[in-house]
Amino acid sequence: MHIPDGYLGPATCGVFYAVMLPIWTVASKIVKKTLKAKQVPILAIGAAFSFVIMMFNVPIPGGTTGHAVGGALVAILLGPWAACIAITVALVIQALLFGDGGITAIGANCFNMAFVLPFVGYYIYRAISYNAPIDSNRRVIAAGVGGYIGINVAAFLAGIEFGLQPLLYHTASGQALYCPYGLKAAVPAMLGGHMLVFGWVEAIVTALVIKYLLKTAPELLGPSPSLRNK
Amino acid sequence: MKIITKFWIGLAVLIILSPIGLILPEHFKAGSAWGEWGADEMQKLAGYVPNGLKRLSILWNAPMPDYAVKGWEEKGLLYLIFAYIISAIVGIGLIVLVAMGIGRLLSKKEF
Repeated sequence: MHIPDGYLGPATCGVFYAVMLPIWTVASKIVKKTLKAKQVPILAIGAAFSFVIMMFNVPIPGGTTGHAVGGALVAILLGPWAACIAITVALVIQALLFGDGGITAIGANCFNMAFVLPFVGYYIYRAISYNAPIDSNRRVIAAGVGGYIGINVAAFLAGIEFGLQPLLYHTASGQALYCPYGLKAAVPAMLGGHMLVFGWVEAIVTALVIKYLLKTAPELLGPSPSLRNK
Repeated sequence: MKIITKFWIGLAVLIILSPIGLILPEHFKAGSAWGEWGADEMQKLAGYVPNGLKRLSILWNAPMPDYAVKGWEEKGLLYLIFAYIISAIVGIGLIVLVAMGIGRLLSKKEF
């Protein structure tokens, strides 16, 4: 889901940087109000976890590859705003150091993976696990569903971003200037892979880690977990 | 053991296991992720390389492109695996530094 340089036109890239700027600003303000010094390592671990889980490419035999992002998981642990900052750090390092995702597309990639995914995943988790006791299996299921839907909404949006490009940018003869695949190709391709395979990887990773943490460190997942409240 | 210590150990295990993400796609002959093709692949897939894509795709020269070490491409799978692990270590090292820096700037001073 890391959109490379050259797939999105300049205006599209600009719009997503412009959209992310206030989101990053609000995220900083909210995290500044809630983050305690002793919680800083958890923020770093969340960013590092998201980075390394994205290295686990999962193949669709003979087809494409994809990966989990851990976005919902990091959001459940840190709250969605801190998760946004953590995943942004991972995406920026991926783009700069490893060329995974373009530098012109950092705004768009952060919108999909560092904003939409953690927020959708987090609120679905909160809704399904509402009032569930800390040892309840409903929390594990809620985490899995949050991960699955979160990554699929993000993939759907990436598909739309790809698919709009041939409409927005083409030569007089109709040749695309950037991503050449329209909505009818890009949306099913992005959504298909994530609904069938990569979304399940995200769901399983999210659910298993939450199951483990509910047993070993329930204080991280209590009614007023880590970074969300004081 | 403190949960933070367990998290760090978990990260170390993931670093060591990370080459699974390199070997599995190779084994099952899976290509790039959708929409992440280089210009050569785009030529094969679409029959042409869009002009803007050609121009922008060379905008940034990443020091470790695709989690590999430059010059090791032809040295075989073991080198690729080793480079993948180095990439995970370097990436996580930098991310932890940056995230710790941001966290310090944003956090309240109380412990």
